[in-house]
Amino acid sequence: METGTSRVKRGMAEMQKGGVIMDVMNAEQAKIAEAAGATAVMALERVPSDIRAAGGVARMADPTIVEEVMKVVTIPVMAKARIGHFVEAKVLESLGVDYLDESEVLTPADEVYHIDKREFTVPFVCGAKDLGEALRRIGEGASMIRTKGEPGTGNIVEAVRHMRLINSQIRKITNMSKDELYAEAKNLGVAYDLLLEVHQNGKLPVVNFAAGGVATPADAALMMHLGADGVFVGSGIFKSEYPEKFARAIVEATTHYTDYKLIAEVSKNIGTPMKGIEISKLTAAERMSDRGW
Amino acid sequence: MKIGVLALQGAVAEHIRSIERTGAEGVAVKHTHQLKDIQGLIIPGGESTTIGKLMRRYEFMDPIREFSAEGKPLFGTCAGLIVLAKEIDGGEEPHLGLMDIRVSRNAFGRQRESFETDLDVKGIDNPVRAVFIRAPLITSVGDGVDVLSTYKDEMVTAREGHMLVSSYHPELTEDFSLHQYFADMVRQYN
Repeated sequence: METGTSRVKRGMAEMQKGGVIMDVMNAEQAKIAEAAGATAVMALERVPSDIRAAGGVARMADPTIVEEVMKVVTIPVMAKARIGHFVEAKVLESLGVDYLDESEVLTPADEVYHIDKREFTVPFVCGAKDLGEALRRIGEGASMIRTKGEPGTGNIVEAVRHMRLINSQIRKITNMSKDELYAEAKNLGVAYDLLLEVHQNGKLPVVNFAAGGVATPADAALMMHLGADGVFVGSGIFKSEYPEKFARAIVEATTHYTDYKLIAEVSKNIGTPMKGIEISKLTAAERMSDRGW
Repeated sequence: MKIGVLALQGAVAEHIRSIERTGAEGVAVKHTHQLKDIQGLIIPGGESTTIGKLMRRYEFMDPIREFSAEGKPLFGTCAGLIVLAKEIDGGEEPHLGLMDIRVSRNAFGRQRESFETDLDVKGIDNPVRAVFIRAPLITSVGDGVDVLSTYKDEMVTAREGHMLVSSYHPELTEDFSLHQYFADMVRQYN
């Protein structure tokens, strides 16, 4: 009997496919998310848009909130640790959290080293802007990847950019000859073996979700069309006017992303989505996607 | 021979891959009308709460019960086992409620307790590599249910006539012997 094998960790992410993972800040929101059909919840002290508004240093959530959420739902509970902050990660693992997000939404604790995720029994999800970043995180032991997007903006443009870039890079790798892969591994700064796996299978070795700016049912469906295995929704749900309806609409649009009539139907009367921010209005320091490498 | 995989949420592609290795054709079932084109149906792993909700919302419940009433084989893995069970511990409302078993959700604990191991399964010659992820357990079975394997005295694989369930994920490994077993059930029905 073996726990924490890569099959067990990656398999857990496979079970999330086609699903929506929602940010929640308390037990009540967690119950709403579960009732709406979320496949997991991310327990947080503040959603990304509030983190932006509050400024200062954003850290791991208060364990009380994480435990409170774990108590009320039967779906998996995820939580975020700062980039490189392996002690926050160990603390969250000790609470029994089902998945950890080494996340650029929080203020990085280390500017050079990410967490050595192979050291953990609990699986990790990490953000990526391009194939190199995705494979570096997988090399460190991440069992699931998500686009970074630009969290807390309600603007899908960055998530689209990252998903399209990763997919076009995968297509390029698939068409390379084996000898070209060595040079490409050097260019991308990734392990050759992982690149070879992408070359052979035409996809990342782990599940790839969309995250960072999903604000409407149509946004979720767009990301599924672009090849996402599922969707993370952060500020979008509980910053909208009617969270319950909104959450359900996003789940349905994700399941049936090719059914435009259904998306039209579920998009009716769900109130105003979160306001959103134009990306060019962000200063370099405000861009979360530039955190990590 | 076509075997469908209910494709509302969860590990659909992996089941289709394993089914195709048995020589049958795998079909992702997203709409109820597809049920008439298939001879067997797999309900995959995923989140049972989510799959159950989506099955109700898209009116899969009665069509799958009719599919079963015709004696067409069903195979539930992990969440799929919960969806097929007649009774769920903790008072959760049963979903399809077709198979005479009682199940307990997340019975092995949280994700950090998830594991893989080799299992002896009745009717399969070699040990089956079984991946348990936040897995459910069968806590009791009716008279017509044949328990095919146990892990530490707990029931983890069972069959009742045309229905097969496993509390683990056979689709996450390169070993497709349990899919072969199911494909044989489907072939016998035809």
